[in-house]
Amino acid sequence: MKRRTVMRLLGLGSLTALSGCDRLSQATWFPRVLGTAESVNRHLHRALGRDALAKEFTEADLSPMFPSNGTRRPMDADYQAHAARGFAAWRLSVGGLVERPRAFSLAELRALPSRTQITRHDCVEGWSAIAKWHGVRLAALLDEVRPLPQARFVVFHCFDTMDASGARYYESIDFEDARHAQTILAYDWNDRPLPMPYGAPLRLRVERQLGYKMAKYLRAVELVESFEHIDGGRGGYWEDRGYEWYAGI
Amino acid sequence: MEDQRPPTSPIRVYRHTLPIRATHWLNVLILLAMLGSGLQIFNAHPALYWGERSDPQQAWLAMRAVPIATGEVRGITRLFGRDFDTTGVLALSGQTPRGFPAWTTIPSERWLAMGRRWHLFFAWLFVLNGLAYVSYGLATRHVQRHLWLRGEEARQLPSTVTRHLSLHALRSDADAGYNPLQKISYLLVLFVFAPLMVLSGLAMSPWLDAAFPALVTLFDGRQSARSIHFIVAFGLVAFTLVHVFMVILVGPLRELRAMITGWYRPRGTGS
Repeated sequence: MKRRTVMRLLGLGSLTALSGCDRLSQATWFPRVLGTAESVNRHLHRALGRDALAKEFTEADLSPMFPSNGTRRPMDADYQAHAARGFAAWRLSVGGLVERPRAFSLAELRALPSRTQITRHDCVEGWSAIAKWHGVRLAALLDEVRPLPQARFVVFHCFDTMDASGARYYESIDFEDARHAQTILAYDWNDRPLPMPYGAPLRLRVERQLGYKMAKYLRAVELVESFEHIDGGRGGYWEDRGYEWYAGI
Repeated sequence: MEDQRPPTSPIRVYRHTLPIRATHWLNVLILLAMLGSGLQIFNAHPALYWGERSDPQQAWLAMRAVPIATGEVRGITRLFGRDFDTTGVLALSGQTPRGFPAWTTIPSERWLAMGRRWHLFFAWLFVLNGLAYVSYGLATRHVQRHLWLRGEEARQLPSTVTRHLSLHALRSDADAGYNPLQKISYLLVLFVFAPLMVLSGLAMSPWLDAAFPALVTLFDGRQSARSIHFIVAFGLVAFTLVHVFMVILVGPLRELRAMITGWYRPRGTGS
């Protein structure tokens, strides 16, 4: 074979292989096969590190500039109205499968047991940044409303509309994460009230998972047995668009 | 390389057993999937750093699309503080800002979620296939007999290096078995590169970092782990290119046939 023929064959081969990969990605069965790794990872990780704490850093480690990803400023009218009044009338409603559904003002949340932590935020895109978060322990909030025995997931409903379909951001975690010592609903960032780009007035911190799990601009917390009936049914805005529900990797 | 005939009367020798051949070709597929999906993931944030944080000014490698005076947009790759115009290949290709071009990534379009699916699935295959190869290789003493460097080989290394600049020596030695340089590179890939790939990959998992803090300490930070993951990946690419180049130099048909059927026909016996 002439060298040119060989090169052409190689080029053709790689193009065929690549378009083959694209076709596999578009199919329904193949991504489902690939997705089996998620539950393997989730079960294995859970078995390996039940209550382990994410590393905590010092003030000297803070990122000089903390990036803001996704929504930076929700344009939704209800959110804008709350923001204009400094979130004075904002309430976090906590309901669903709980004994005592309730709405909490920021002052009421600040009165509950809290935690401060300087942690590394890892984005699914690949970057990492360190900041100090202070907020109410989610476990303490759950104790206030008393989850019913059949509740399995904590769903976070947010203000920000993400796209033209009108879908608002949402996320969900299970009780293992919800009751973890470092899982907080943060109202302070680097010693000041949570700025808008980072999710004012309240955002979730789940320190052992990627950034997209940590819903910003919270408006409601709902305890459910299953999240199949919510939006795309996969437990989160990005999960509905193909990202893993278990984002510890 | 289970040479069943003495080298003096070779017609053909059974060189690669089935498990070796199977894990080899599986690994080819797995590495291609890992590289393509890995570049897809890299493209979601085409910059690399040292330490725990990704402070934008501190990137040792960064790919950006930059508008220039004429209104045109160029792809600029910054490496250790120096800017290179890499339009068409890195930083900007197909008129869109993207780290690596579409023909290198899986999927070819920008699709991080799907890239992650490929990567995190094939990562398991990489580990399982690698473990299968190494445990088979150790159990059958394939690794000890054919890959492990003998004492005199280590001592004669400098002369071996100069000797293997000659194509003739390369070809005649290919009949005898792996030469010392080959052994070193295989051992390096097996016992340094592959474990580094896996460990630096695991160190990027926030959950595993919490469960095994030593993982991230080992690399001195998550962003360092990401850099090392990238560098070693290109180490593997370099190894593969040299490996394929050597096969082409020494005798592509002879070598390919041996890795497919297991049977190797030494030189001078016809092909």
